[in-house]
Amino acid sequence: MNTTERNHPIEQDPKVRAHNFDEVSLGFDDELARMEADRCIGCKNAQCMKGCPVGINIPAFIGAIKEGDIKKAGEIIAQDSNLPAICGRVCPQESQCEKYCIRKAKLGGSVAIGLLERYVADYNRKNGGLDVKDIPPQVYKAAVVGSGPAGLACAADLAKNGFKVTIYEAFHKAGGVLVYGIPEFRLPKDLVQSEIDNLKKLGVEIKLNVIIGKTITLEELKEENDAVFIGTGAGLPTFMNIPGESLSGVYSANEYLTRVNLMKAYQEGAITPVQRAKKSVVVGAGNVAMDAARTTLRMGAEEVSIVYRRGREEMPARAEEIIHAEQEGVKLELLTNPIEILGTTKVEGIKCVRMALTEPDESGRRRPVVVEGSEFVIECDQVIMSIGTSPNPLLKKSCDALETKGKGTIVVNEETLETSIEGVYAGGDAVTGAATVILAMGAGKQAARAIIESMNK
Amino acid sequence: MNKILKKRQLTQNIHEYVIDSPEVSRHCLAGQFIILRVDDEGERIPLTICDYDREAGTVTILVQSIGYSTMKLAKLNEGDYIHDFAGPLGNATELEEFANIILVGGGVGSAVIYPQCKQLNRDGRPADIIIGARNKDLLIYEDEFRDNAKDLYVMTDDGSYGEQGFVTTKLKQLLDSGKAYDCVFAVGPMPMMRAVANLTREYGVHTIVSMNSVMVDGTGMCGGCRVTVGGQVKYACVDGPEFDGHLVDFDEAIERSKFYREIEQEHKCKMEG
Ligand SMILES: Cc1cc2nc3c(=O)[nH]c(=O)nc-3n(C[C@H](O)[C@H](O)[C@H](O)COP(=O)(O)OP(=O)(O)OC[C@H]3O[C@@H](n4cnc5c(N)ncnc54)[C@H](O)[C@@H]3O)c2cc1C
Ligand code: FES
Repeated sequence: MNTTERNHPIEQDPKVRAHNFDEVSLGFDDELARMEADRCIGCKNAQCMKGCPVGINIPAFIGAIKEGDIKKAGEIIAQDSNLPAICGRVCPQESQCEKYCIRKAKLGGSVAIGLLERYVADYNRKNGGLDVKDIPPQVYKAAVVGSGPAGLACAADLAKNGFKVTIYEAFHKAGGVLVYGIPEFRLPKDLVQSEIDNLKKLGVEIKLNVIIGKTITLEELKEENDAVFIGTGAGLPTFMNIPGESLSGVYSANEYLTRVNLMKAYQEGAITPVQRAKKSVVVGAGNVAMDAARTTLRMGAEEVSIVYRRGREEMPARAEEIIHAEQEGVKLELLTNPIEILGTTKVEGIKCVRMALTEPDESGRRRPVVVEGSEFVIECDQVIMSIGTSPNPLLKKSCDALETKGKGTIVVNEETLETSIEGVYAGGDAVTGAATVILAMGAGKQAARAIIESMNK
Repeated sequence: MNKILKKRQLTQNIHEYVIDSPEVSRHCLAGQFIILRVDDEGERIPLTICDYDREAGTVTILVQSIGYSTMKLAKLNEGDYIHDFAGPLGNATELEEFANIILVGGGVGSAVIYPQCKQLNRDGRPADIIIGARNKDLLIYEDEFRDNAKDLYVMTDDGSYGEQGFVTTKLKQLLDSGKAYDCVFAVGPMPMMRAVANLTREYGVHTIVSMNSVMVDGTGMCGGCRVTVGGQVKYACVDGPEFDGHLVDFDEAIERSKFYREIEQEHKCKMEG
């Protein structure tokens, strides 16, 4: 068996890209894609598929690339995924499909499944898209709350199966985290827009600036529709509750990224202001933290550090994002935890302690503990808190009957995703807490299936 | 897109707009606000709902043109459209539990107390009202307040109209004269609300203020609007905008509200230049 090394995508030079908002990775060209596809052995009992949360037939679509039939590859992916251009870019492949690839350890590394998925989606979009099948008449009515990946996927599948769908979105732009959170340099917004345009072609109506629970109540939606899907995400930011968090220059990652992405503060002449820091500290080590750190670098910061209380192994971000951030000059302060933000009215520094990890406990988890006497200060004029989000309680507050638990996640039947209110379904981050695009998309599809079935009963 | 049905100039830089918005007018209540974007490039600015008409499907807002976006808004006329108009946001004012209320409005903040004064009058229990401004030209809604108030007191800093002095000058007089208010509802610039709260604390009179914090989404997603109230972090957009004035950390809130002013100022120069 050959041991050809995994192919690398074409990328912008780190020194250049650290100062622009253009997409960092340009993916594979035709030749690279073909070469990478040829690395796939086409296992009969393909382990990679087990790692895919929506069960895409990976060997089959890669097989189609080998045959040079990219449209067919696109059609195979479309059986299970609505957003391949997006998921190909943002899925944590190394802990999903690529984790189980038989080539991973000894055969030159896992097949670059995510990059191939992206290649197929981009190719088809550039070449006129997949054929649109005739859709049955829309005889039922459905409302979808929120236009993130969960809402978009649910709306598409319902529209293709007899539903007239209206999406209600609180913001002035559709796309959820895909437009307000994930930056342009990682996920170009015209990609998200083209997904939304496709939905409109399916007859889906999108009503912006409508806050369900405020502008329209959930009860009203339920009355006017055969089914309702809630995909409101997990947008409520968490702060650490340490002294100094209300100083000017302390942001939640949500606020910082929303100002830059959704409100376009990165563009010359933008109206929405955002602080352009000299030295920025980002607290946390997930995708959101990487995005915030790399964004503040692009906004002109001279020094950007990520402060994280555990070690490199535990960093929850996608492997690629961590590599990209380091290449661009983001400094990692690992095993470090902030205890106070310093300053009189504005941020002047952040006081931290070093941490050490305990031996694994019964669950195998190593806990970080403070190293005595290790206090030190990182000078900075900006702190971006990126330590997680939970579902927004706004909808629940307006509707007692909607059952939630823990940090406000919506309780659902695991099979149908139906909530405590009959005919009202929910999925995505609103149900799981902050998770991933692919899981949200999968949940949207799962709920759509249950809704369609319930109509046929 | 929402149409401007009526525009009226109240002072040199304050305009009243009646906006066509059946969606917002359907559920809105006094004390809530909307967020609008003037055009597709615009920032999201929160503005108080100062009146509404459910039958006509309209919402009235008052805009003081002080920044880039509000100046752009001031250039729009009847028949023009506002690009985005979302709401109602925040919680409604709750004054039911109080028997003897005085409303205090400073500058454009008077817009926030106006719906309350109308509501209280409609409920058959009109309130005493103090409105104040730097000078005569900045006073708004005097006639409307007079029609709905028990007693109306008008104050100007420079004495160009009404009595000379701050709203707190009058409030202190009234409290000293033995008026047994059980609630002061004060809205205006943050330093004014801080002054009112400091005064009423001495008299032990419950005080409600409305925080006009910097906002982005208005739905609790960014935390930019956070204020410290009684040592706890609250979001003005979803927990407020009204809070117990005696518990708000005004010094911090004032610092936070200054943060973007420099950048704003730059834009204003560009716009005027
Ligand atoms: C900065 C950042 C980077 C990320 N990076 C990755 C990544 O690389 N890979 C990955 O897989 N995942 C990533 N994620 C996570 C991923 O984006 C989310 O898991 C996913 O978007 C969740 O989808 P959703 O549809 O459930 O909700 P969201 O995308 O959050 O969408 C919810 C939508 O509902 C709207 N809404 C909320 N309440 C209401 C209401 N009451 N009425 C009307 N509308 C409402 C919101 O405005 C929003 O538009 C990232 C998240 C962030 C913030
Ligand atoms: S305005 Fe964003 S949380 Fe209040």
